Amino acid sequence: MKEELFAISEFCIIHDIDPSFINSLENEGLISITFFNEEKFIEEAQLHELEIFTRWHHDLGINIEGIDAIRNILEKLRQVQAEINMLKIKLSNYETTA
Amino acid sequence: MAFIDYYKVLGLAKAATENDIKKAYRKLARKHHPDLNPNDKGANVKFQQINEANEVLSDPDKRKKYDEYGENWKQADQYENAKQQQGAYGGNPFGNRGQQEYSGEAGGEHFSDFFESLFGNRTSGGARNSQVKYRGQDYNTELHFTLRDAAETRQQTLSVNGKNVRITVAAGIANGQVIKLKGHGGPGTNGGPAGDLYITFIITEDSTFKRTGNDLNTTIEIDLYTAVLGGEVTIDTLSGKIKLKVKPETQNGTKVRLKNKGFPVYKKEGEAGDLIITYSVKIPIGLTEKQKELFRELSVS
Repeated sequence: MKEELFAISEFCIIHDIDPSFINSLENEGLISITFFNEEKFIEEAQLHELEIFTRWHHDLGINIEGIDAIRNILEKLRQVQAEINMLKIKLSNYETTA
Repeated sequence: MAFIDYYKVLGLAKAATENDIKKAYRKLARKHHPDLNPNDKGANVKFQQINEANEVLSDPDKRKKYDEYGENWKQADQYENAKQQQGAYGGNPFGNRGQQEYSGEAGGEHFSDFFESLFGNRTSGGARNSQVKYRGQDYNTELHFTLRDAAETRQQTLSVNGKNVRITVAAGIANGQVIKLKGHGGPGTNGGPAGDLYITFIITEDSTFKRTGNDLNTTIEIDLYTAVLGGEVTIDTLSGKIKLKVKPETQNGTKVRLKNKGFPVYKKEGEAGDLIITYSVKIPIGLTEKQKELFRELSVS
């Protein structure tokens, strides 16, 4: 299935952000931009993350470096949560059900 | 419905400046933002309160009205009603509440009754839909299955935004597993795509079987005589009862692994984990004097 593309210029207007923010995200390798007819686009699959990063920046005042750090920590948190869930299931095998 | 002290929510004094409010909001939002607290419903609720407080206090008109009526919100309510009845665009007398019914926990956009009584219903406003500017909101919902349900492939119909969505849940789905239905979330705005629907499967515990990955564990009680002399037991499996030979001199806690009698492997037709049986040997109670004598004989034999 082909991914739909969304124009970054439009995204910036709607979210009231400066296009340089998107460029910085790309520079840090946090998103990837697709060029088409010299205009910048983003794939639909990345749109969700881009909106999350935009919220962090816009609503919470977090800069690019902070976004990258948070993203990594959240990924770790997810892994830890998955591990806890697995351990809970294993542990329940040793607990007697009342 | 209780009065909400928005200043207290943000930890501010009534004399707080615009900048104080912005700083306090950002500081608390960074702590409780749902993006930074995945799967934490408590943080979500807290964030809604902070958001609501910020919505009111960061807007000079709203703040003024809140400061004026705040604790006497009932009067404000009457004032609003009177205004609605007079106004040419008085709005829908039945309110817009009906539109609020999306399935699952859409999260993020809920305002307290107190807020709504002071500032009106927010569902039609869209003035503050900071969460949805482009791509639609993701929805989250849960489906609860029993362990035995999860062992079979089944069709499930969900109601999302009044539309019925039919999904097939393959046998072997795990507890906590999430399935994404692309484009079944909230509608996008400004030409953005719709969000996705995330379904988390919750598998309730079974009284007989405990599941670890694809393996099932169960405990079977055997009496002392079967354990000592060997024999046969009938056990429950997911696919029905089977007979099992018990070896003579089976120790308490002995485990037996039955290949392929465990839980079906997700999306791998015909494959299954193992069923692990733990024997629990029952020591006889209420022995007669004669029986005790026989045990005594045994113990010195």
